[in-house]
Amino acid sequence: MKQVPLLFLNVVIIATCGLIYELLAATVSSYVLGDSVTQFSLVIGIYLFAMGVGSWLSGFLEKDLASKFVEIELAVALIGGFSAPLLFLTFANVSYFAVILYSMVFVIGALVGLEIPLLMRILKDELDFKDLVSRVLALDYIGALAASLLFPIFLVPKLGLNRTSLLFGMLNAAVGIWGTWLLEPLIKKNLTVLRVKGFVLLVLLGIAFIKADSLTTMAEDALFPDQIVYAKSSQYQRIVVTRGKLGHSLFLNGNLQFNSFDEYRYHEALVHPAFAAYQGTPKRVLVLGGGDGLAVREILKYPSVESVTLVDLDPLMTGLSEALPALMELNKGSMKDSRVEVINADAFVWLDNNELEPFDIAIVDFPDPNNFALGKLYTTRFYNLLKAKLRPDAAAVIQCTSPLYARNSYWSIIKTLEAAGLNVKPFQTTVPSFGVWGYALVMQQPFETPQNVREGIDLNYISQTSFASLFDFPSDMTLPSDEIEINRLDNQALVRYYETEWRRFE
Amino acid sequence: MRLTRRELLTTFLGAPLALAACREGGSNRFPDGEFVGQNVGLGHILREDRSFEVPAENWRQVKIAIVGSGVAGLTAAWKLSKQGIEDIVVLELEKDVGGTSKSGEGKPVNYPWGAHYLPVPFHENTELVELLDEMQLTEGRSADGNVIIKEEFLCRQPEERIFYKGRWYEGLYLHAGESEEDIRQFSEFQKHTDHWVNWRDGKGRRAFVVPSALCSDDAEVVALDKISFGEWLRQKGLTSERLLWYCDYACRDDYGLKLDQTSAWAGLFYFCSRVRKSGGESQPFITFPEGNGRFVAHLAESVKDKTLRSQAVVSIVPTESGVDIVCFDGAETLGFHCEKAIYASPIFTAPYVIRGFNEAAPFDARSFHSNSWFVANLQLKDRPKPRFSRDFPLAWDNVLYDSPSLGYVNATHQKGIDHGPSIWTYYYPMCHEPDGRTKLFNYEWRELADVCLTDLARAHPDIHELCDRIDIMRWGHAMISPTPGFIHGETRAKALKPYSNIHFAHTDLSGIALFEEAFYHGLRAAKEVSGS
Repeated sequence: MKQVPLLFLNVVIIATCGLIYELLAATVSSYVLGDSVTQFSLVIGIYLFAMGVGSWLSGFLEKDLASKFVEIELAVALIGGFSAPLLFLTFANVSYFAVILYSMVFVIGALVGLEIPLLMRILKDELDFKDLVSRVLALDYIGALAASLLFPIFLVPKLGLNRTSLLFGMLNAAVGIWGTWLLEPLIKKNLTVLRVKGFVLLVLLGIAFIKADSLTTMAEDALFPDQIVYAKSSQYQRIVVTRGKLGHSLFLNGNLQFNSFDEYRYHEALVHPAFAAYQGTPKRVLVLGGGDGLAVREILKYPSVESVTLVDLDPLMTGLSEALPALMELNKGSMKDSRVEVINADAFVWLDNNELEPFDIAIVDFPDPNNFALGKLYTTRFYNLLKAKLRPDAAAVIQCTSPLYARNSYWSIIKTLEAAGLNVKPFQTTVPSFGVWGYALVMQQPFETPQNVREGIDLNYISQTSFASLFDFPSDMTLPSDEIEINRLDNQALVRYYETEWRRFE
Repeated sequence: MRLTRRELLTTFLGAPLALAACREGGSNRFPDGEFVGQNVGLGHILREDRSFEVPAENWRQVKIAIVGSGVAGLTAAWKLSKQGIEDIVVLELEKDVGGTSKSGEGKPVNYPWGAHYLPVPFHENTELVELLDEMQLTEGRSADGNVIIKEEFLCRQPEERIFYKGRWYEGLYLHAGESEEDIRQFSEFQKHTDHWVNWRDGKGRRAFVVPSALCSDDAEVVALDKISFGEWLRQKGLTSERLLWYCDYACRDDYGLKLDQTSAWAGLFYFCSRVRKSGGESQPFITFPEGNGRFVAHLAESVKDKTLRSQAVVSIVPTESGVDIVCFDGAETLGFHCEKAIYASPIFTAPYVIRGFNEAAPFDARSFHSNSWFVANLQLKDRPKPRFSRDFPLAWDNVLYDSPSLGYVNATHQKGIDHGPSIWTYYYPMCHEPDGRTKLFNYEWRELADVCLTDLARAHPDIHELCDRIDIMRWGHAMISPTPGFIHGETRAKALKPYSNIHFAHTDLSGIALFEEAFYHGLRAAKEVSGS
């Protein structure tokens, strides 16, 4: 056979592909399951063990080695190529994700483990044993090096996990098809069938590669295009922090909470209108939600503030700035300020169960109402509980999701606030990483829209001229003409609006 | 004779689940707990034919004695107190008042041992609305006069979900996977109920309304009591499996009976009596973590100094001028000379207690059949994790399609506590066997706890890990059985009349066990004895 050097090129590609699949599986699992040390360690262990199993199994293959080699090559292309998209999809839909993941790692490992021994046996008549072993193994390890360099430097940043997976599947399939020519004399039967299989597979992988964008929107790596620097699941939610070119982003259950690039826009609009509307000297401030400490950072800009009570469900969230220096820097250590008291409780239950000295200002910054447990934090009942904790002249701002993307949801919250007997000034701003975002400024007495933020507060976004524009609603975000339901505990109308409206963007 | 675990689980939950559960073995962690409540020993003293002598110094004089402190008895006492009649005594067999509406104290919230909600009454039910006003559950009236209940007392959404083939779905009627024919039959069924919602007799009375005493007695309505609900559905050509399940669930839930044991009148009453207009929503539910225990506490407060607990009333003797009552607390006997008595205990017990009742029986008390239940309260240290991210989340009422139980109610739901420890109340009506009651009292605590955990484990495989404690209450006589012919039969009508100076007041007298019915009879008896 003249093509022996070409077969050696095959070895490099096979080795590269194998390692890529292994890295993909480990990366996907540490993305979605967290704890990268465990995930990498388990995946590598299972993969290497499976390769051993594959090598051992190769001893049972006797006849027609060349066509078996091509078959195996195509099988690796199929399973390995679709591994990342499949893992992302299964993670979103099944509870036994870990079983699927480790089975897949095992199968790919075993198939890759079969390849090299088979190839060596095919080549055994062409070369001396010592040359064969030295070249095949050397090239195998070179392929591994290539994979481990390419993966973090080029593949993940440029292609993403899904495309990387599909690309190497195609490469694998190509090697298989090419093999049908290289090994043509050795393939005894079904040559055409093998080639047809190979081409069909190549086309399928190619289509998936082109359509990878729509695949990625289904899968989680679309949510986390950047490098993950923190990922942990608490009792209540999955917290992921990523770092990209524009800065850090925080995700709760996959939903973006802020990006450090433009969060100041969001938090300035969340906090300062309340202080502008309040006529007295702001001393006691209540924050509901907002465990990242960014709203508190804004609040502490007012020297008259004596105490900030922050109620957030999740201790992992309120402790996040301790665990993540970048967040500590971003919130200027606000969570450690001596004026700040952190309480980990469900705000609904906490408001219901506690008698407190009334607050001057309240900032309500919950995640969007995408489930019933959150939906209750936007009900007339909740706002009545909140009202009972406020001074008669207190001011509050409530984050109310997007009046552009979820117009009915936004106005349902406004209507609900009004139904709870509050006077409401709806306002909105643009936060590039979210889009257009909506809030409500409320007081218990009728009040005039404030004209400007308080004197002497250092702000990056809101200015004398831009302040008034917050309260201006372009026509595509005004109150819809259809009747909008009030959100109550016994109807949870908002969760249903929200689900309908945001589903359009999924 | 003891049953093996497999026999036990087969009896309660059916063979497939029993087989599966036994294959898994019993290596699971098992929670603590015990049987609570029901003073069966003292209750059954009545059957022993013992004689009880009351020492002269233990006789007291009281204007009105009320025997039984369930909702009917407490309502009567509450009403009499409101009328300024203070010379009364309430005698209760158990150590706690409340009957089947009693509740338990726990953390993070209290929990029910029986009845756990009240549909918002129509405004025409003025006396019940008055109670709600007094309890400050209301915040005014709507333009059309309907009572507005404060948001925090109306059952919070999501109200119900159903577990079917491994997943939870929203609502009580199973829509997932229904066929065209199922859809057609369900809408056909709704047309029938709409018909009865809109139906009025010559006097303008509704066919079904709460309290049931105001329902029409037109022959067309009365005829419904002659057949079972199952028979009625078959006559209408309704055979959809999930529709039959839904109706069967309704019967088990409200009456503790199966579809073919329940009168069609009672079945339709369930679906029609709380809907004002056809096509309209059924009245929303008022609920509390402790269920109807909240009502019990309010009613009992007015007579707390006049209530004697752990007192078995052993004889009621009609006299020339009134009634003599003897009760026994296990050690001492007490006697009361009263002008009148309100008998607010299950009606079937009357012959055991009222002297001379059997000799000239005014009605056949034995035809007041009741059914038995067990109720388990599970203390959970945390909620089970959803098995699928898109599963419908934990609701107030959580029902298992394939289970003969009624599923469970989550006590923390109404307080908005959505994380961490909770208490679930699991209901199991013993309607699947003819001698359910006898059997119920032969089982040990661990056996019934095993039934409950095995049943729930089909939806929550981690339930053994999460459950720290299960307490179980066995209700020997939980609810009157509205079997065909009972509601519009003669016996019930006769029992509404006083016997000598004894006035009966119990939900049994309506033939259906409901808070509103007990309340109605309590008020009625109170008015009768006070002559107002």
